[in-house]
Amino acid sequence: MGLRVRPLRIVRIFVVCCFVLALAAGIFAIAAWRPALDPINPPAATSFAPDLVKRGAELAGIGNCAFCHTAPAGRVFAGGRAIATPFGTIYSTNITPDAETGIGNWSQAAFQRALRNGVARDGSYLYPAFPYDHFTLVSDDDDKALYAFLMTRRPVSAPAQGNDLPFPLNVRLVLYGWNLLFLRPGPYRADPAHDEAWNRGAYFADGLGHCGSCHTPRNFLGAEQRDHFAGGTVEGWTAYALNAASPAPVPWTAEALTQYLGRGFAEQHGVPRGPMADVAGDLRSVPADDIRAIAIFLAAQMGSHGPEQAQTAQQVVTQSARGTAVVGNEADSQADTFHVAATDGEGALIYAGACAGCHQGPRAMPYGGIDLALSSAINAPTADNFINVVLNGLPAAEAAHAPIMPGFANAMNDGQLAALARYARAHFTDRAPWNDIENSVIAIRSAARALRHQPADHP
Amino acid sequence: MKLNVNSQRHEVDVDPRTPLLYVLRGDLKLNAAKFGCGLGQCGACTVLVDGEPVLSCVTPIALFADKEITTLEGIGTLEQPAPIQRAFIETQAAQCGYCIAGMMVRAHALLQKNPRASDSDIRAWLEPNLCRCGTHMRILRAIHRAQAIMRTAQAGDAG
Repeated sequence: MGLRVRPLRIVRIFVVCCFVLALAAGIFAIAAWRPALDPINPPAATSFAPDLVKRGAELAGIGNCAFCHTAPAGRVFAGGRAIATPFGTIYSTNITPDAETGIGNWSQAAFQRALRNGVARDGSYLYPAFPYDHFTLVSDDDDKALYAFLMTRRPVSAPAQGNDLPFPLNVRLVLYGWNLLFLRPGPYRADPAHDEAWNRGAYFADGLGHCGSCHTPRNFLGAEQRDHFAGGTVEGWTAYALNAASPAPVPWTAEALTQYLGRGFAEQHGVPRGPMADVAGDLRSVPADDIRAIAIFLAAQMGSHGPEQAQTAQQVVTQSARGTAVVGNEADSQADTFHVAATDGEGALIYAGACAGCHQGPRAMPYGGIDLALSSAINAPTADNFINVVLNGLPAAEAAHAPIMPGFANAMNDGQLAALARYARAHFTDRAPWNDIENSVIAIRSAARALRHQPADHP
Repeated sequence: MKLNVNSQRHEVDVDPRTPLLYVLRGDLKLNAAKFGCGLGQCGACTVLVDGEPVLSCVTPIALFADKEITTLEGIGTLEQPAPIQRAFIETQAAQCGYCIAGMMVRAHALLQKNPRASDSDIRAWLEPNLCRCGTHMRILRAIHRAQAIMRTAQAGDAG
């Protein structure tokens, strides 16, 4: 008897399991399903108030939208930039108001849903490479301004390129689960414990500015960890910690951050470079008040500084002081080269011959280079940024009065660059030597990283 | 210290921190590479190191012990100009001429690697070199002419 029942039971259990699974999948699909929003005819550019469009342009600068949404040397906002993620390559999409291939037939409501919930007009989920986990904080008014700005750009016909993601990540519905875990839909709610400027800065930095996308470490699902602003890696560069672990030898202040973000360099910190050069480039069109608010918030994240730290900082500043900027022939006549002994080794020799002329010369920034004792790159946990800068230099910032540096990729071989890095780390900091510099040099050189993007046209 | 310049070995007695440009001009009397800005920002001092362009005003000779340095003098001579030099003469691609040695050297490096470089390749490649007379269009024309000369020469060799 029992022998006859058992197979039946197994079948029953199997059927029940299938049913439960199907039910779960069904519930998931119903819960995850998002409706398409009705397409619209692209609104006339004249239907938007000029002031709203202008504010949208400034906000797009804070969001650095153009960087991801422009292919190298491509048309601005037409998409197509390959964004490498640990899961595969995602291609940015066209956000010009082209009706067929861009967002021309998106309503204001569809646009706002994309920013706040990460869902496209047609109801499909967007990948969080588009940082809607930050953009969700953007206010209704600012969403409107951004929409007005984008909808008044020149439409470009540029179909989206297919993403290169493995199953099941290529099924967009799975992002419903990601959103349940990691998306806290906005908008931003002010923290009453802080003043208005701090809150305004937090709104920009954590919202549209999405600083944490690079400066916060990510977990195995690609979401930002709770360790807010603890630093990260992006495109082969180290994004420094923006909390108490900041490697800056002189603690950041709101004033220094305002200069760094708004002007493109800060005397006691240096120059934004790598992907950050682009962020700062976009911030140049942003009103000073907005930048100052961001600076106030970020400076507060790095915390107040004890007397010991302040003393160390003062020491570094005093040692590196070169007085006021001296330019022209006077500076050349004062250029006393940095002296080293043959026993100091190859790195010291290279520093003296190739670097000291600018980095320890009589010219202050932006005409001369930063004293390396002040440099976050030299004090950073890895040598990556130092290597990137020495190989590729600092390209001239567009229409800005900021330092530039020639690259030494063709002049130095891997061993010479490693020797220079070892010397600089030992000579200008009290920190432990970097590990495995040679391999970093080889990896970074072979990756031939592009330092900046150059759109063919401008918004 | 020993330096390989234009396929010749030279023994120079100078501080290893000395910029390569000073040694080329001052000690070896190779005056094609020019002192422009002295900060590695204008390209007038460009020479080739193992075939790649290097700004000789900001690079100490300590870096070049086992490397092959080529200056404009090493690319061709008055009697036997290289295609890039012939092209610049034929198109009269110079105004004040100060930047031209650097332009020719950098362009030569590109054409050695990619004789069929497109106009946009050439423009991007020459970005580090500045010309303040506005001779850019003639410089571009000269480089395209050099490409044509190289093609003809190759066809001649094949025939």
